[in-house]
Amino acid sequence: MDQAVDILFTASFWVAAIRIASPLIFATMGELICERAGVLNLGIEGIMTVGAFAGWFTVYSGGDLWAGVLVAALAGAAFGLLHGFLTVPLGLSQHVVGIGVTLLATSLTYFTYRLVLPEVTSPPKIEPFQPLPIPGLSQIPIVGEALFAQTPLTYLAFVTVALVAWVLYRTPAGLALRAAGENPSAVEAQGISVTAVRMTAVCAGSALMAIGGAFLTMSAFNSFFFETVNGRGWICIALVVFGSWRPGKALVGAILFAAFDAYQIRLQQISGGVVPYQMFLMLPYVLSILALVLVARRATYPKALMIPYQKGER
Amino acid sequence: MSSAARRVGALMSSTAGSTPPGQPPLAIGHPPLEGEGSRAPVLRLTDITKRFGPLVANDQISFELARGETVALLGENGAGKTTLMNILFGHYVADEGTVEAFGRPLPPGDPRAALDAGIGMVHQHFTLADNMTVLENITLGTQSLRSLRSDRRAARERIRALSSDFGLAVEPDATVASLSVGERQRVEILKALYRDAKILILDEPTAVLTPAETDALFRTLKTLAANGLSIIFISHKLAEVLAVSDRVVVLRGGRVAGERRTAEISRGELAALMVGYDLAPSPVKAIRTGPPALILENVAVRPRSGMGFADLSLTLRSGEITGLAGVSGNGQAALAALIAGMERPTAGDIVVRSERIRDWGPRRALGAGVGRIPEDRHAVGTIGDMSVTENVIAERYRSGRFSRHGFMRWGAARDFAEEIIRDYDVKCPSPEARIRLLSGGNMQKLILGRALDGEPAIILANQPTRGLDVGAVAYVHGRLVAARDRGAAVLLISEDLDEIQTLADRIVVMSKGRLSAPSARGERTVAQLGELMAGHGLEAA
Amino acid sequence: MRLEPKPAPSKLALLLYPAGAVAVTLVITSLLVLAAGASPLSVFALVWKGAAGSQFALMETLTRATPLIFTGLAVAVAFRAKLWNIGAEAQLYIGAVVTVVLGTGTLALHSGLLLPLIAVSAMAAGALLLLGPALLKTSFGVDEVVTTLLLNFIVLLFVSMLLEGPLKDPTGLGWPQSQKVIAEAQLPRIIQGRRLHYGFVLALVSAVVVWVIMKRTALGYEMRAVGHNPEAARFAGIPVNTVLMKTALLSGGLAALAGFSEVAGLKGNLTRDLSPGFGYTGIVVAMLAMLNPLGVVVSAIFVAGIFVGADAMSRAAGVPSYIANVMTATALLTMVAAILLSRYRVRWR
Repeated sequence: MDQAVDILFTASFWVAAIRIASPLIFATMGELICERAGVLNLGIEGIMTVGAFAGWFTVYSGGDLWAGVLVAALAGAAFGLLHGFLTVPLGLSQHVVGIGVTLLATSLTYFTYRLVLPEVTSPPKIEPFQPLPIPGLSQIPIVGEALFAQTPLTYLAFVTVALVAWVLYRTPAGLALRAAGENPSAVEAQGISVTAVRMTAVCAGSALMAIGGAFLTMSAFNSFFFETVNGRGWICIALVVFGSWRPGKALVGAILFAAFDAYQIRLQQISGGVVPYQMFLMLPYVLSILALVLVARRATYPKALMIPYQKGER
Repeated sequence: MSSAARRVGALMSSTAGSTPPGQPPLAIGHPPLEGEGSRAPVLRLTDITKRFGPLVANDQISFELARGETVALLGENGAGKTTLMNILFGHYVADEGTVEAFGRPLPPGDPRAALDAGIGMVHQHFTLADNMTVLENITLGTQSLRSLRSDRRAARERIRALSSDFGLAVEPDATVASLSVGERQRVEILKALYRDAKILILDEPTAVLTPAETDALFRTLKTLAANGLSIIFISHKLAEVLAVSDRVVVLRGGRVAGERRTAEISRGELAALMVGYDLAPSPVKAIRTGPPALILENVAVRPRSGMGFADLSLTLRSGEITGLAGVSGNGQAALAALIAGMERPTAGDIVVRSERIRDWGPRRALGAGVGRIPEDRHAVGTIGDMSVTENVIAERYRSGRFSRHGFMRWGAARDFAEEIIRDYDVKCPSPEARIRLLSGGNMQKLILGRALDGEPAIILANQPTRGLDVGAVAYVHGRLVAARDRGAAVLLISEDLDEIQTLADRIVVMSKGRLSAPSARGERTVAQLGELMAGHGLEAA
Repeated sequence: MRLEPKPAPSKLALLLYPAGAVAVTLVITSLLVLAAGASPLSVFALVWKGAAGSQFALMETLTRATPLIFTGLAVAVAFRAKLWNIGAEAQLYIGAVVTVVLGTGTLALHSGLLLPLIAVSAMAAGALLLLGPALLKTSFGVDEVVTTLLLNFIVLLFVSMLLEGPLKDPTGLGWPQSQKVIAEAQLPRIIQGRRLHYGFVLALVSAVVVWVIMKRTALGYEMRAVGHNPEAARFAGIPVNTVLMKTALLSGGLAALAGFSEVAGLKGNLTRDLSPGFGYTGIVVAMLAMLNPLGVVVSAIFVAGIFVGADAMSRAAGVPSYIANVMTATALLTMVAAILLSRYRVRWR
């Protein structure tokens, strides 16, 4: 029992928690942007897969790590454009299109992977992002090690949260984005195109999701394999609800979730195989559902979420 | 021909200067408007035509607006006022015609261009984001979207200054969701002023206001006009038009039916031009009021959104139309939802023909003999993507006539649909047509047919004529009166005091979730009803 | 741009637009084939040959179509009522688990009794699995998309746990697989020596039954009404939540039949890779069929043909067989767009 509590006071546990949280933070911020603009993006799982592959493959073919991040973001934005085009001006069901985009993005990724690497049996490795301890800060016990001895991509994740919060609440563009998700006719009445705002949001959000995917193959691990993303996208959708569509709360949610995930892995190790390991692996998904049940009743959705908008409509 | 339509015809022929139907109505006798030198038009609409499929919503409409002038655009629902303003504001693109602002043509279909040209619009349904502050709503879109910061302090000061200059009190940092309807409208006006609008369009601005709030709005409009703003005031209410405007443009059936200086026209003449409202009330038959059909005893409703009420009592009697007047948002929606079975009472009793009903719900309400005409035809009254047949049987598909052992009898359903189509004079291609494709009036007739066919003892009619054209309004009124005459207890909920006064045998006013004592037809003046609507004199009910 | 409804789409348009969707899909896949360095025409010929070029190929296609008909029906039923069941994969596995639990000798009955019993039990399990998310939706407002998706992962881990634990085949050389079901719990083959089994017939019967339910019964009417406009349905006195529950039970049950049919008809036992995403492909199948139960049969055979043909083609032409997944996903997106465009006119101003 003591052992189970001790875990919480080890630096390695918190380091792992922050590492596990990083891709979720990126993707959650991406989904949050989309939903704040009024578009539920169920393409997230596929877009993360695309990002995971695109980033990894760029580096594998000789590209720079940051070039990989950029390529992943662009690939994600491209699928965002597809999703946005079908759901915003055409106003198609966001559920159906989202699932379709996930299926398409995932299968295109797998197709491309098999195309470029027909023979391989074990996935090739790249040299991933290395931890970049920040002098001084990383010396602080536990907290410093957890937060300031991570890879640059993790730092970027935290910067992203601040950036998203700042854009949403402090800039005219963020104002238009939030209004598009709440009452699109308010946006159009002020001479701004709802379509443009939503499309931009979906593309930008999808780019972030893809970077989240790239984190998996370029920072957390060092190779791409099928099922890399493994439901993380769906968890991020739950995290957005859990975070009440606010960047700060969503960040807390992602870290809590990741800490729980890191904890179950360690618990699994000390449980000595008495409990089947699958039980532990299930916990994150079960937790996501529980979190949804907990907050759903008092959740205040962006009012125009999932409602397509046509010009001149009121 | 219905009686209302006959009256319409009589009025048209008796109106001097009006044009016979079928000819383009030329601008009638107002040369003085031209040549006033400095008063060059700030806005000029020329031959605007807009068609929606076979419907011509605007037919060659032309008029001008001068600096500092207030023009009222008067017309019935469906006369084409809102369509015209949506074209002006760039929400729609006209099929023909041009719009010029300050001598320059306005590119079509571009709200931004309208805003940049100094046109501000206060929509009938507010375009505000509820979860954002007043300041955020006002500044939305006033800065480049690429700008990296927003100067809130300067914006706040500017809003405060505008508020005090024009009597538009509102707190810049309040969330819109927490504001009253009147305050929200002030935010809408501030939105336009903040953008330096030179032309302000208000679409039915008083529909949601109490008489007192209306007066305040009119004072603001006068100040604005004195400051050089030009105002287009869209309304179907004659008294307001006469009170606020310098000039009136009357629209009828998508055309300009006439144009007059306000000072030179009487209420009667205006009514004749517009046709339909404020005509002599239909001859009142001696009504035979029967026993109570529905009694609400100290009921309370707490709806998920909007205003609820507690400890409310109301009795509807057979053979009587009870009119519920009030400004929208004062609990009428909750009351209608309760009677329709969409809300359950959290306290109190519902008594139908002296039987207390438990387990209240839509099906229970139907079973108790409540015929329901909902406020929103599209969202609640019909299922747009289903056929006429599937819609008319929605309330009774479980009866043996339409299903047996869980299997539908579509033949019988179709027969029933044809019956309703015939009896209620619905124009539709076939019972198989998707109901979405029907016009508002025909949709309402189907709903009427569905609700009234079983001769229900209690009828709930919630805004039954909103958005309908004159003919359909007369039809709906006729049916409600006929139902009353055969002994039904009718509750008519309407924001339109004229409609209530025309139809209701007994009037109750709702304000802030409370009901006034009832008054008989003609017992209270409009002013007295207005006082009640504003919430004065409603002591603990 | 804006969309204006066309008053009455012509019959021709209703055919032309879907045909256009197919054409766009073919063009996109051709580009991918070209990227893979093969000739699109020969690849499509190989796919056709692999899917329908021989009696064997055709039987394989129908065999592959069987689970897709079930999951396609499950999705069609649910989506009709706008219950977004993305969890057919999980319901399929639960159906398979029940089949294995009851079919590996737990019950020794005549097959005429045992098979229906197992099928009904599997359906009940799948139905209950979807009832959870449906209840969470109606009573807490939890979006069922996320819950059913997450349940897919939970159930797959649960199956994995069973296969390494209580259901593990002791003679399986350590592989995580279950024992084979007994002979009485097997669905017979339709033609001796071919893999096509009576699960296919069950699928066809199910499609007809579902069609009758949707078109002819009060429940079908209620489901459509709730799907199109739940608020108006509630106003008219249709018990919306009850209808959603019934929809969930029907949908979950149908998906579970896919698992039953795969185990009892084809595989004989349960493994972790029993379904290569039949639950997700069911969404494509249902959407291509425009949610029409009889159309599901056609589109399931079509989609199965692409997969079976692509497998054969992949071996011969060296184009990754994932081309089939790309093709079906593209078809899904182009088809929903085509259906929209057949009903609305796009105005660019």
